[in-house]
Amino acid sequence: MADIHIDRVAKSFGPVRALEELTLEIADGEFVALLGPSGCGKTTLLRIIAGLETRSGGRIVIGGRDVSDLPARQRGLAMVFQNYAVFPHMTVFENIAFGLRTQRADAERVKRRVGRAAELLHIETYLDRYPAKLSGGQRQRVAVARALAVEPPVLLMDEPLSNLDALLRLEMRAELKAVLRESNTTTIYVTHDQTEAMGLADRIALMHKGRIEQIDTPMAIYRKPGTTFVGSFVGSPPMNFLSVPVEGGRGKLGALSLQAPIGQGTLLAGVRPEDFEIAAPDQGVPIDVVVAEPLGAHTLLTGRYEQQQIRVIAPPDKEVAAGARIGIVPALQRLVWMDPDSGRAIERIAAE
Amino acid sequence: MTTAVEPAALPRATPASAARAQWLPYLLLAPSLIFLAVLFALPFLQTLLLSVSDGDKLSLANYAKMATDLNFAPSLRNTFALVLAVVPLQVVLALGMAMMLQKVRVARDIVLWIWTIPLAVSDLAAGLAWFAILNDSGYLNSVLYAVGAIPDQQGLLSYETPVTLFIGIAAAEIWRATAIVLVILVAGVQLIPREYGEAAEVFGATAWQRFLRVTLPLLKPSLQTALILRTVLAFEVFAVVYALGGRNMPVLVGEAYVWQHENQNYGVAAAYAVLVMAVSLAATVVYLRALRVPREQQS
Amino acid sequence: MIAARRLVFVSGVVALCAWVLLPIYLIALGALGGRATVYQWPKSFLPTNVSWSAMSAFLEVEGIWHAALNSVIAAALCMVFSIALGAPAGYALARFQFRGQNAYRLLIMLTRAFPLAMLALPLTVSFIKLGLYDTPLGVALVHTALALPFAVLISSSLFMGIPRELEEAAWVFGCSRLEAFRKVVMPLALPGISAAAIFAFVISWNEVFAASVLTVRERTLTAYLLTVLSESPVPFRLAGGLLLIVPSVAFIFAVRRYLFAMWGIANR
Repeated sequence: MADIHIDRVAKSFGPVRALEELTLEIADGEFVALLGPSGCGKTTLLRIIAGLETRSGGRIVIGGRDVSDLPARQRGLAMVFQNYAVFPHMTVFENIAFGLRTQRADAERVKRRVGRAAELLHIETYLDRYPAKLSGGQRQRVAVARALAVEPPVLLMDEPLSNLDALLRLEMRAELKAVLRESNTTTIYVTHDQTEAMGLADRIALMHKGRIEQIDTPMAIYRKPGTTFVGSFVGSPPMNFLSVPVEGGRGKLGALSLQAPIGQGTLLAGVRPEDFEIAAPDQGVPIDVVVAEPLGAHTLLTGRYEQQQIRVIAPPDKEVAAGARIGIVPALQRLVWMDPDSGRAIERIAAE
Repeated sequence: MTTAVEPAALPRATPASAARAQWLPYLLLAPSLIFLAVLFALPFLQTLLLSVSDGDKLSLANYAKMATDLNFAPSLRNTFALVLAVVPLQVVLALGMAMMLQKVRVARDIVLWIWTIPLAVSDLAAGLAWFAILNDSGYLNSVLYAVGAIPDQQGLLSYETPVTLFIGIAAAEIWRATAIVLVILVAGVQLIPREYGEAAEVFGATAWQRFLRVTLPLLKPSLQTALILRTVLAFEVFAVVYALGGRNMPVLVGEAYVWQHENQNYGVAAAYAVLVMAVSLAATVVYLRALRVPREQQS
Repeated sequence: MIAARRLVFVSGVVALCAWVLLPIYLIALGALGGRATVYQWPKSFLPTNVSWSAMSAFLEVEGIWHAALNSVIAAALCMVFSIALGAPAGYALARFQFRGQNAYRLLIMLTRAFPLAMLALPLTVSFIKLGLYDTPLGVALVHTALALPFAVLISSSLFMGIPRELEEAAWVFGCSRLEAFRKVVMPLALPGISAAAIFAFVISWNEVFAASVLTVRERTLTAYLLTVLSESPVPFRLAGGLLLIVPSVAFIFAVRRYLFAMWGIANR
């Protein structure tokens, strides 16, 4: 078990800055997800931690040991690769045993550990097979078992579920969570899929353009996005940001007068689509419904308010047709004020 | 919420253990580079030097000697005639075979293997195989005799029958070296996604139009490789000619061999070598220009 | 209508197969025909009197076995040199990005657009000085220059086909670069590398010009046949041709699966 200090780690590819100086503390046994869109630097950061990529500056300290200049094999970690990287010329058993063999573990221990890892991932019946005979999901399990078999202090996972189909991914996600809780390993998990990050992680580090935009628990990231980027990247559909003119400390949003954190100017009011109450057209914010999509669990409404697009999640029994004009009332205690110029959240003053 | 696999957005740098990774590729390339310097660059320069030296001084005497030699003009003519006759035919034939292969349903692997057999056959052996057919008491004469076309054995490969000798040599060359063109083209065809042809078909293109408008342009890089390789080798034609006609039909490389080996005149042999190299490089440049794929069209 | 078209198509395919196979069949017929066939006129296309006599007479001629042995030695050396020099270069091209990479690729392409065998001419002089003239080793060196570009391009495409992640996984799980190569890359590349090796062997086995220029007494099979060609009887020539054809065709049959993969990527 080990904690990880990532201390001002930076990376440039020639003139391109892939990672700004980046600092991140991960506690022993913690599960941190690096979440972000393509090209945000999350995989680069993971590979630098693994020792598969050079860094341009900074330090990486794992369990009190500075590993910055050590090759991957001496960092004492395990990794699950995006395309599994299960060795095709070895049986499942030999694949899982690979890390133990390079540690020159004795046969007895290899057998015991491989057996346990295989059992954990429910692949104990495939041990004699070659990977070519396995499905994608089974290979995925082999890759995870291989990583867990060495009982690593740190486990790195690079988009491990992205090559699975949707149903299998759901199943593996739940299983991974159970397995990893049991192993109690410090885990860094790279993904571009917010539901994976939300579902699995103790904390999410949301990355954008080589920086960490926000690092917090999943619920805090969702409820209190620190920037407009976080609000629109996390959540599906994304958070609404409505432009609100403020005068004399009160913001005007449709028929509502909101207490604003500034005296004068314009603010963005961030409201999650599910945080609206449907009301009569003359109440709250009047919107013209453009599209209504009944999705079963709820109905998704896309509407317009003063040239701005708004997405609202309405209860499924609410009958709203396209073309209708309705009023919507945001749940004020969940509203987040953002500065339109910097895109940053303004420390909330009492919303009431 | 996309399920797509994230593409590598940035170029991957060399892996860690940085200092070592910096010089490792050069270390890996060094042996082959040194080898090519000693056995490619050096002899190339030596050939140039040898061809323009006469004793200790520089002179064009070797080239003069080459140009005034009785066999020079015929060997030049014969070599070019062979290249011009053989290479275009081979490309057309190989293209046809590659297209046919796409339609072969049964035993495709066997057909493919049979068609590529000549790839493994030495040019000397290929010449000898055709010698079995074309010699005076050979199989072609036997057939002609059996159908009553000729009264008796007929010389086909002698001094006096330059036309049939040329045709025989050309046939042997086409037989032997079409396979390499075929392999390159089939490999190229495999790289063209099927969807392109299917898209053209949906929009009403006939098979011939699909070939001309879709397949052929996309095959350009393969055609270029095949043409360069084949033309350079065709200018080197030698063993096939010797196996079939001895010295009855002089060719450039054959003359170089004679000057080197029998006349022991390395200078004139080098002059011939420089000529062959110059012609080959010129052909390569022509192909590179003519079959260039503009950068914006590259997939 | 469609059936008729199909018939034309199938006959075309069959005709082309016959075009390829017929000369080989006929040289075999001539080489294995025995005395009766040699003087038969007109010749029969059927293997009426198969006999090993012409072939065994050929094999008893002094120097044939020696020449064949020289060919095997030269080809084996060429194979070893090509892979030993070419595979590391192929690995470097496949796995690293470095300055000069494109220049190296260009050099390799350039050698392919070059009548390499002609370089044997000036090498005669240097080889005499170095004691390499008239040895299978000398021939092998020149043949390596012919086969090396192919070995580099083929092995580079092979290594590119092995996912980098497999190697990285080996590193993460405790292997050094060399160990990872030995345990993971090598076993996966081996079949393809052997195919490339066989390809190099065949290139050397078949080469005529350089081998003839660089040898006098220690001739390879091709060089030997070329020099005795004009004064040899027909069955002797055919037997020699058949002896050249059989092993290389067998070798290419063994690597047929790799032929297209090798060329597809070696084109780029």
